[in-house]
Amino acid sequence: MLVSYNWLKDYVNLDLSAAELADKITKSGIEVEIVESLNKGITGVVVGHVLECVQHPNADKLRVCKVDLGEEAPVQIVCGAPNVAAGQKVPVAKVGAVLPGNFKIKKAKLRGEASNGMICSLTELGVEGKLVPKEYSSGIFVMPSDAEIGSDALSYLNLDDYVLELGLTPNRADCLNMLGVAYEVAAILNEELRLPEVQVQTSGEKASDYVSVTVDAKEDNPYYGAMIIKNITIAPSPLWMQNRLVAAGIRPINNVVDITNYVLLEYGQPLHAFDYDRLGSKEILVRRAKAGEEMVTLDDAKRKLGANHLVITNGKEPVAVAGVMGGATSEVQDDTTTVLLEAAYFEGIRVRSASKDLGLRSEASSRYEKGIDRNRVYDAAYRAASLMAQYAGGEVAQGIVEAGERLVPEGKAEVTQTRINTLLGTEIEGEQISDILKRLRFEFDVHGENYIVTVPSRRPDITIDADLVEEVGRIYGYDRIPTTYLLTEGRPGGLSPYQAARRKVMRYMEGTGLYQAVTYALTTPEKSNAFTFSQEQENVHSIKVSHPMSEERSTLRSTLVPQLLEVLKHNHHRSIDDVGIFEISSVFFAHEQSLSVLPEEKTYLSGALTGLWSIHPWQGEKKKIDFFVVKGILEGLFEELGLHSRISFESESLPGMHPGRTAVVKLDSIVVGFIGQIHPGTQKEWDLNESYVFELDLDQLLGASVEPTVYQTLPRFPSITRDIAVVVDQNLPAGDLNTVIHEAGGELLKESSLFDLYEGERMEEGKKSLAFSLKYYDPERTLTDEEVTKAHENILRSLEERFGASLRK
Amino acid sequence: MQDRLQALKEEALLKIQQASDLKELQDIKVSYLGKRGPITEVLKGMGKLSPEERPVVGAYANEIRDAITSALESKISELEQAVIEEKLKKESIDVTLPGRPVRKGNAHPLTAVIEEIEDLFLTMGFTVAEGPEVETDYYNFEALNLPKGHPARDMQDSFFITEDILLRTQTSPVQARTMEKHHGRGPVKIVSPGKVYRRDDDDATHSHQFMQIEGLVVDENVRLSDLKGVLETFAKKMFGEERKIRLRPSFFPFTEPSVEMDISCFKCGGKGCSICKHTGWIEILGAGMVHPNVLEMAGFDSKKYTGFAFGMGPERIAMLKYGIDDIRHFYTNDLRFLKQFKKA
Ligand SMILES: [Zn+2]
Repeated sequence: MLVSYNWLKDYVNLDLSAAELADKITKSGIEVEIVESLNKGITGVVVGHVLECVQHPNADKLRVCKVDLGEEAPVQIVCGAPNVAAGQKVPVAKVGAVLPGNFKIKKAKLRGEASNGMICSLTELGVEGKLVPKEYSSGIFVMPSDAEIGSDALSYLNLDDYVLELGLTPNRADCLNMLGVAYEVAAILNEELRLPEVQVQTSGEKASDYVSVTVDAKEDNPYYGAMIIKNITIAPSPLWMQNRLVAAGIRPINNVVDITNYVLLEYGQPLHAFDYDRLGSKEILVRRAKAGEEMVTLDDAKRKLGANHLVITNGKEPVAVAGVMGGATSEVQDDTTTVLLEAAYFEGIRVRSASKDLGLRSEASSRYEKGIDRNRVYDAAYRAASLMAQYAGGEVAQGIVEAGERLVPEGKAEVTQTRINTLLGTEIEGEQISDILKRLRFEFDVHGENYIVTVPSRRPDITIDADLVEEVGRIYGYDRIPTTYLLTEGRPGGLSPYQAARRKVMRYMEGTGLYQAVTYALTTPEKSNAFTFSQEQENVHSIKVSHPMSEERSTLRSTLVPQLLEVLKHNHHRSIDDVGIFEISSVFFAHEQSLSVLPEEKTYLSGALTGLWSIHPWQGEKKKIDFFVVKGILEGLFEELGLHSRISFESESLPGMHPGRTAVVKLDSIVVGFIGQIHPGTQKEWDLNESYVFELDLDQLLGASVEPTVYQTLPRFPSITRDIAVVVDQNLPAGDLNTVIHEAGGELLKESSLFDLYEGERMEEGKKSLAFSLKYYDPERTLTDEEVTKAHENILRSLEERFGASLRK
Repeated sequence: MQDRLQALKEEALLKIQQASDLKELQDIKVSYLGKRGPITEVLKGMGKLSPEERPVVGAYANEIRDAITSALESKISELEQAVIEEKLKKESIDVTLPGRPVRKGNAHPLTAVIEEIEDLFLTMGFTVAEGPEVETDYYNFEALNLPKGHPARDMQDSFFITEDILLRTQTSPVQARTMEKHHGRGPVKIVSPGKVYRRDDDDATHSHQFMQIEGLVVDENVRLSDLKGVLETFAKKMFGEERKIRLRPSFFPFTEPSVEMDISCFKCGGKGCSICKHTGWIEILGAGMVHPNVLEMAGFDSKKYTGFAFGMGPERIAMLKYGIDDIRHFYTNDLRFLKQFKKA
């Protein structure tokens, strides 16, 4: 809503600047987003009288004018506007004047003729082109003949005004009109309110002799009223009205249309003027449109209507789409003499469906959608009729021809002084409360400390006690509410064990050198499940949003990996090729084709790594990321979570992954994730370098019960370490060997660690050598050589039996 | 005899002083103090001395031995020190060469902001509540006083999956769920962070996916003035002790009264600059007293219980705090962007 500061003065005394007013309105609950000065830096523009206007001797398109500026002698101005003529009053920027954009007017010579100033168009004075009346759109502006020569032109053009742009929340549709804003401002400033006085002289004729009104859709159109105004002369509306429309962002058209728009802005009541003689009947019938019905609207577009649209008809054909736009055939034109003025209440939902389907949003439709004050329909109609009588020479026929109920009962709401003060934390006196309600112009009764308020129909947002608490609070002033501290019992807060563990995981991941990424949950159907690691994941349905903005953001993901690969790609395209990132986010699984219950949501921890891992350039060290770098990160994580002894990695073929360099991660016997190198084919498809990824079901990991830490006594006896190197089949996993080593080593074997792997020339084809360092220890005594030898030989024998391993010589 | 000893001593000490390496000293030691050395030789002639002279000469001889030994030792240690110093000198490095880089990642700036806010409220006795990102219409709208057809639903065009299931447009459904779990008994004190989704075209200031963090307190006698206290504490901790706050009446369907909180501009201190759009104030969050309908729907007696709720956007806070100009940076994850938040 654009509010003219000067216009507002009609209703409320304003002894403060526009900026001060804006500040007060904002503090009281309606945000003033912008205070715009219409002046835009203009100085030195006065009313001039064109005394003489002749063709420029050397230029076809220029005229040389003698203009009286109220000074001793007239000045000569060269003007290029086609519509300049002798006898006009025009805005003149004098020599030394400044126009918007800091454009200074200087003495000039144009094709040999002196020019001492500039006759201005409205756009040159800073008015937006689309708001300039058509007749002045390609020339200078012509002012009323009674404008005083030499006086400040800006006040004639209302360019000394300020416009306050209100950012209205949906509950405050009452301020979508000047009167509503006036009520608000009068309450805030504690000032008198002056409502417009409407007096209509009616002719002897009766409106009901001209038209009948029937409504066949009472629910959509609870009230319809029609007035008849005869003997209209179509002409421009008065300059002050045009100025106010321009300030509110509406282009002046002619007196009749301008008046309907003016009253719309003033009362918030949309009105429509039909050319009575072009209506085609003496009947108004409001009904739903028939499917496929067509009409040509004011903008000369042919509109196809449907059964959920409400139309005004002449009994046969639609003449307007209710609350949205009038029809071309019944449009007010220059020769119009009799006007049928429509003042109706249409339900917002009906107007909305038409305005949405037809793609037409107007000042009128948006007000109907947000809700208008039904009890104001009458006042607005009479206001418009009286203005048409005054400014268009109209004669108003008696009465309003109507259908439906015009008035609705006003609501009631109650609140107690105690409730106000306990909810706000204030100590507002009863007298102050009464005073505030009076300022808001709410009628009320006081019973003890109980206030029973009759809510005016302009404020349908007020229904319960809390609404009244807010009204009292905001007029009282939120800055006067004290600052207190919660009295709630002092129970300690804290993170849940899961939340604390999740943070620990983040810190660990960051500590390993990975950066945390946050990516979008919506992706393409293909990417949404491009990576899986368990049967269960493959048996789910994809979850698509019903109206995606694009295919790229249409489906909820069940894996984080594709979005992380997108991040690698983004960076790769910017020559950032050493990247390690992780993400902790939700993934979604639907266990049914069409969701009847919420999908399953899990939290995954995933990562993607590419390029170099450790770099120390001047020492010549460059270590590439490989499978084992990533595995090491995960092993450290499992240790951090106390799960490492229950975790195993098993080679597996997974979609999109390198078949020989991918493993599933198992917790006990359950697959909880995977790790591996991206398949070279996939890598090429994504335009990446060699990349590694992992994905883990974090909920499963953090949900696993972990034994509490128990202190192990430090060794009191020496341990004995012996190495063992065996030759085995090349494809035998080292993990299998390690398992058997531990089984065979018995109680005495405390640790085994692989320290050498050899596959090469000196090895028999298809064989490899693995060397382990084994540590034997007994907490109760010193071990003897014989015992250790026995255990060690037992291990070797088991390895021979199970894997055909032979001792490496 | 004593004179001879005296001469030997002086001769030995001179040689020691002139010695230049350990081997030379070893030779001196052997030649003067050894079994066949001159001192031993001299002492062999002691038998010829009178019983009175013997102890005197003996003591003198020992004195000379000690003097030579100690001179030798100090010269040895002197030479050893020189050797060590020489060695260390050769080992010296250029300390200005860069160190071995330690890999260290960091949290995403949005996580950093959320955790900072969480931690602040944890110290005030709040817990962190979380809920699903795919929600029912009931929890996302209806339980929050937004029945079907409510005009404010227009304000948040949503990603629906079915008629009844959608991507949550706010974290408020977590409030509704948490209150429900309390079965009408207070106190409830939570903050709930998380991702939310709206049908917005992505541009510099809009994102179809973004974060929210909301807070909720429900108890007997919770007042708007208490909300002011909590928000003031928050603003000062988050944006500096000198911050002032301002509550402006506003509108949210799930609170009544509703407020918006501005903080005095941390850039210009209130004089007006481009960050605060020359108003001196920066809009930070929306808040209000929980609407009685919301309390009742969640099973609380709105005559007995009152509460407040507040909600804010971590993106906006991060953008203000770090001067980030485009919301899309948060979701593009350019490494040059992520790396800037090491100390966040
Ligand atoms: Zn500032």
